Amino acid sequence: MSVLGFLLPAALFLGLLGLVAFLWALKSGQFDDLDGAAHRILFDDDDEPGAR
Amino acid sequence: MAEVAAPLGTPAGDIADPATYVRARGDGTSELDLVVENLHCPSCIPRIEGAAKGLSGVLDARVNLGTRRLHLRWREGAVEPVAVMAAVAERGFHLVPLDARVLDGGTDAESRALLRALAVAGFAAGNVMLLSVSVWAGLAADMGPATRDLFHWVSALIALPAIAYAGRPFYRSALAALRGGQLNMDVPISLAVLLGAGMSLFETMRGGTQVYFDASITLLFFLLIGRYLDLRVRGKARSAAENMMLLRATGATVIAADGTRRASAIGLVRPGMRVAVAAGERVPVDGRVLKGRGEVDTSLVTGESVPRPVGPGAEVFAGTVNLSGPLEIQVGAVGNGTLLAEIVRLMEAAEQGRARYVRLADRAARIYAPAVHGFALAAFVGWMLIGAMAWQEALMIAVSVLIITCPCALGLAVPAVQVAAVGRLLRAGVLVKAADALERLAGVDTVVFDKTGTLTLGRPELANGADIDPADLRLAAALAVTSRHPLAQAVCRAAGPVPAHGDEVREEPGLGLAAHVAGGEARLGNRAWCGVDAHGGPDGAADGPELWLTAPGAAPVRFVFRDTPRADAAALVAWLKGRGLAVELLSGDRASVTADTARALGIETWSAEQRPAAKIARVRALADAGAKVLMVGDGLNDAPALAAAHVSASPAAAADVSQTAADFLIRGERLAPLARAMRVARTSRRLVLQNFALSLGYNAVAVPLAMAGLVTPLIAAVAMSASSIVVTLNALRLNLIEREADL
Repeated sequence: MSVLGFLLPAALFLGLLGLVAFLWALKSGQFDDLDGAAHRILFDDDDEPGAR
Repeated sequence: MAEVAAPLGTPAGDIADPATYVRARGDGTSELDLVVENLHCPSCIPRIEGAAKGLSGVLDARVNLGTRRLHLRWREGAVEPVAVMAAVAERGFHLVPLDARVLDGGTDAESRALLRALAVAGFAAGNVMLLSVSVWAGLAADMGPATRDLFHWVSALIALPAIAYAGRPFYRSALAALRGGQLNMDVPISLAVLLGAGMSLFETMRGGTQVYFDASITLLFFLLIGRYLDLRVRGKARSAAENMMLLRATGATVIAADGTRRASAIGLVRPGMRVAVAAGERVPVDGRVLKGRGEVDTSLVTGESVPRPVGPGAEVFAGTVNLSGPLEIQVGAVGNGTLLAEIVRLMEAAEQGRARYVRLADRAARIYAPAVHGFALAAFVGWMLIGAMAWQEALMIAVSVLIITCPCALGLAVPAVQVAAVGRLLRAGVLVKAADALERLAGVDTVVFDKTGTLTLGRPELANGADIDPADLRLAAALAVTSRHPLAQAVCRAAGPVPAHGDEVREEPGLGLAAHVAGGEARLGNRAWCGVDAHGGPDGAADGPELWLTAPGAAPVRFVFRDTPRADAAALVAWLKGRGLAVELLSGDRASVTADTARALGIETWSAEQRPAAKIARVRALADAGAKVLMVGDGLNDAPALAAAHVSASPAAAADVSQTAADFLIRGERLAPLARAMRVARTSRRLVLQNFALSLGYNAVAVPLAMAGLVTPLIAAVAMSASSIVVTLNALRLNLIEREADL
């Protein structure tokens, strides 16, 4: 059972990493416009539809 | 939209300076938020952003498709915001600057805080569950007490901070209710979570097995999901409503002393300033006309459907629409002196009556909370006195009663249905603004309609098209095709597609249109300008607005216009009557017109020439007689009655105040979504009651078990999740039931 002393902290650390990543994403505005973000992936940055 | 005004927004090259909306950030850059009126598809995003970013000096341009807003940031002095707006407007988008005060609305911050709490609760629930499953499995196999205690301690370490953080929305609400001497659903929720966590900590310290950390944190996690979804779907409806109000003349074009024009928020307009109102625009303030001559449509203010002629010196009111020539207005009273202020006073008085409504969930909580607390106390006292148990164990049983009674299913019973219903209605074109609006709508037995702009389109249509020679109609339409005047546009709609008149058409503001034809000049305009009085024509000013067409060598032709009912108004009235609801018409318009409309739509009870106070009085009288009134209206004059009614709805083209007062906003030209809203409201009430019944049935089994001391942490956790899922699935049935067509 001594392996638990190593496994528990490791599992919790990974979980915390996920939580922190989510909170960071929330803070940096990744969840502000879910509708738009779904479509933005389809546009190239230098895409100028007027010129197409 | 049933909008008298011409297209909103400003054509490129004629954009007023949004200086008053710009926010300086202090690092040499400035920000501006704008509503993009006609942002409909994702492919507009790169077009708008590309147009704005193409200008040097623009640091950031970001479109939010969900809220239909554009955020601009630029280096001060490097580029003018007007230039950016013009560049975007050139691509065909109409922009309206957004007031920063609207942006700071609490919904966004609240939704982020909830999401953070949700993330923390989710993380903790997942990890605690992981440990709990091991413990449960270990109880069956053989886990040593030392390992079990270690797992309990680790669970405590994760769960306690998470419960302290993620439960705050519930604790706050519970505290607020208790301070007010009330019980709401959050009181038993907070109590169950906190007591459960506290007792589990105690059990952990003495090495026991009755540890409920998993149940406590999962309870919070499930409830936070419900609460977040609820807030999100309502926030979406609210931002759509905000945009709609912004797009409707909430700004004024102020003329400075040197003649330059700039856009300004209404709040910054002071008495004595000069304001320009272009043809087709809404008058933003009360005031007196300085320059210009024309007609204003006062239907939104008084319900009167015939335009009123105005000239220099005439009084105009905020909310009326300038139909013909450009007007320059000197701002009159601001604040208490205005017609608007009087309406707002009436509304505030009327709203107090509504505060008496108690939400279904809170009514359930009033019975539920004391009952649960009573059972828990009975279990505690009973086991101690009769069962001769140690107080710690008796308290453990009492806590398991609190946890197992599952405020979770009850706490989700209403929000889950609410989320499904509001989302369904949003897709059908109905915005639900008030949280308890659906519940109130479900109980309605009387529907009171306003006429102009509500049952009717609020815009004139040609009434005597059948009596007019098609050649005359075509000539009139050829003259009218370039004009933005609503009567001219009505002529064009009646005539169908017609090529513009070959020769140049001259528009005389407030008078009419003229062009050269073979043999002289053809005119389409008002009676005097067309010289009809000299010829002597039928006198019919009372019939509604009219136009005359004169051409050389032909008798003058009269065009009569009438405000026509919405296409499905009669069908809606029939639908309501078929459901056994009483229907009434309360109009500010003249008796003859009101009677015609009432007859055409099949409404027996109607009254005309109703002032705002009279409308309130009628709604109150109905309420005193025991009726639950749904008021549907759009005008400034309806706003107090909307606030006084049990529940209220407005078409999207309604006056700002009315949109604020209304619980529901209906988008588009049809009224059928109202029928949809009523059906969804009734379905949701049924589903909520079913959910309560499900929770009750579940509790009938669980509570005796818990009181008998037979519940283990495993049973509590499984029962909690199962009941929450059942209630949520039942709520989602709403989308299956509500598939049929509108009327």
